[in-house]
Amino acid sequence: MPDVIGAKPRPSLEQTPPPTDAVKTGPLTGAAPGPEASGAPSLPATSRYRSVNPLLELTLARIREFVREPEAVFWVFVFPVLLAVALGIAFRETGPATVQVAVEADGRQGPGSSSGRLMEWLEGRSDIEAVLLSPEEAARALRTGRVALVLQPSPSAAAATGNPEAGETVSPRPPLPDLDSEGLVYRYDPTRPDSRVARLVLDDALQRSMGREDVARVRDEAVAQAGARYIDFLIPGLVGLNLMGSGMWGLGFAVVQARTRKLLKLLAATPMRRTHFLLSFMLSRLIFLALEVVAVVSFGWLAFGVSVHGSILELGVISLVGSMSFAGLGLLVAARTRTIEGVSGLMNLVMLPMWLLSGTFFAATRFPEFWQPVIQVLPLTALNDALRANINEGLPLAASLPDVLVMAAWGSASFLLALRWFRWQ
Amino acid sequence: MLATASTQPANVSEEVALSCRSLVKRYGEVVAVDGIHLEVRMGECFGLLGPNGAGKTTTVEIFEGLTIPDGGRVEVLGQGWGEGNDRALRERLAVQLQETQFADRLTVVETIAMFRSLYKRGWEPDEVIRLVELEEKRDARVGKLSGGQKQRLAIACALAAAPDVLFLDEPTTGLDPQAKLQLWDLIETFRSRGGTILLTTHYMEEASRLCDRVAIMDHGKVIALDTPNALVESLGADEIVEFSLDGFVADDRLSRLPGVRGVRSRDGNYLLTVSSVAEALPALLAEVEIHQARLVGLATHTATLEDVFVTLTGRKLRDA
Repeated sequence: MPDVIGAKPRPSLEQTPPPTDAVKTGPLTGAAPGPEASGAPSLPATSRYRSVNPLLELTLARIREFVREPEAVFWVFVFPVLLAVALGIAFRETGPATVQVAVEADGRQGPGSSSGRLMEWLEGRSDIEAVLLSPEEAARALRTGRVALVLQPSPSAAAATGNPEAGETVSPRPPLPDLDSEGLVYRYDPTRPDSRVARLVLDDALQRSMGREDVARVRDEAVAQAGARYIDFLIPGLVGLNLMGSGMWGLGFAVVQARTRKLLKLLAATPMRRTHFLLSFMLSRLIFLALEVVAVVSFGWLAFGVSVHGSILELGVISLVGSMSFAGLGLLVAARTRTIEGVSGLMNLVMLPMWLLSGTFFAATRFPEFWQPVIQVLPLTALNDALRANINEGLPLAASLPDVLVMAAWGSASFLLALRWFRWQ
Repeated sequence: MLATASTQPANVSEEVALSCRSLVKRYGEVVAVDGIHLEVRMGECFGLLGPNGAGKTTTVEIFEGLTIPDGGRVEVLGQGWGEGNDRALRERLAVQLQETQFADRLTVVETIAMFRSLYKRGWEPDEVIRLVELEEKRDARVGKLSGGQKQRLAIACALAAAPDVLFLDEPTTGLDPQAKLQLWDLIETFRSRGGTILLTTHYMEEASRLCDRVAIMDHGKVIALDTPNALVESLGADEIVEFSLDGFVADDRLSRLPGVRGVRSRDGNYLLTVSSVAEALPALLAEVEIHQARLVGLATHTATLEDVFVTLTGRKLRDA
């Protein structure tokens, strides 16, 4: 037999290190124990190696794998903060909101035309932004959402001549020059909330300027205190959404990747406890959970003044239970899937309904009544509600007990099912 | 470290480490393992040699408790799988799988430490690293290792458990010659310390160098089982003459030539097992002359396990 590596020191009995105490009694010395001695306590159960706790080692491996993956870190920590920035800026308070409307040009351009006079009048109003468009352009602007409503002047008004006296202004809102009050058309989609608002605002303005008198005396009181703004609503939702995303993606991908790489099969051949393996995934989430919640909550506080009104400790408990419930779901989704493509599809199938229904961006209670029983038992709805009760309302944990129970039920049921159905090969 | 030639090395005991009787495993219509009997003794290095798809991996995975057989009786260290003592049994076994890829982002020492932690007893990770000569790569990411280094890592993870029985599935497939030799040394070290090994391979050099006994498998059946030497001797020949013909000579004509023990032919390629090349070759050339055929290629070599396989199946190990 040719010896290519003859010059190299080879491992041999003399050169191999002295075995640990455990090994000395082991089979490498030739004293192979009989079958009845398998796992016998007569063997010293410890070696000099410091960490022999399998759950700890498995969890450490999970954590190391995650933090060494820059992309994962970006999606878990940076992305949600960027999302909060973008949404926070988009919805920040900039005075009363305006409505966008288009005025349909009536062919005869110029200040004398009724559309021209409408435009003139609308320009004086701060709550309505109007553009003059041809009928085709107006239809397109409505379709694409650039305007919420199209105002079509009355066709007969086209004949009316301008009345310059009407231009004198007494109120900050210039009164509308006398138009034919018949035949005005509001064109809009009544299912679009912004269109309905535009209709109310525009109609109110038009009717008043044409002389309508209000019957009831009312007084408006603007509310803009911290805790009742959109960003206050949004930040807890983002915390919840992020816990769902990182919990499910983080675990689902890691499990399926280990399966496609046959690492699970190898682990199945060791004496590892299967619960330890699945628990290590859930435990590794604990570390990141804290960081994720801190990242979004402290950003909301520093950038938008969104403060946590409830107990920080209880916020931690809510986040923990929520996170575990999604970790369990992530394991369940990945329990039998063999490919990354397969698990991506399943993840989206599970998460998309919750993205839409669970009240992250607007209140879940806005959905029709008959959906509510389903929506209210979704884990993300429960998490978002509990987070808002804590952060926005400062309610004690006891008030969110049903939500916490919903999350705990999802977490433990999915963990147990995952353990039962888990495919190791 | 010579090729393991002795029939019964000193440290092979009479005690049975692994055994199976009438083992059957089907995948749908395909019978992967077709009623085989095997017995591996304590301290023995036992090889399953055969082409891809012969049922070697399935057999090993049944012994490892990863695959449930459809029929037959399996005993590992005196007990069967699923008898309520699986975890204790697994404490004494270690496995290297053909296709495992370890996590790229963990280091060598972290990977071994994780596997070590799964067993009650075993070696310190650093000791195993020294044994497999990966000291320089101790803190390197697994993703940065070469193929040979990854394979040694796989063995290190298995050795960290200080197992009684080590299962190796195609341990050197895809490795360069030097990496292959390093791994063979490692396996021999484990065996020299009394460890029992069941390995699969489709390299006959590997089987003849490492294994005390070899079972040749084909289509789910064991078609020969003995020490590598005895298997080669069973050919009744020391040498093999291989040649190709442009023309035709009947097999029975060739088998009557002096010194020829056996003939195999396929598409104009011939394989003669001969007791003496000096005697057979002149006669062969004369016979070819008589038939007005032309010799295209001719080679002679000492008989190996490969020839045993070819003789038994008519196919070569690698392209079978």
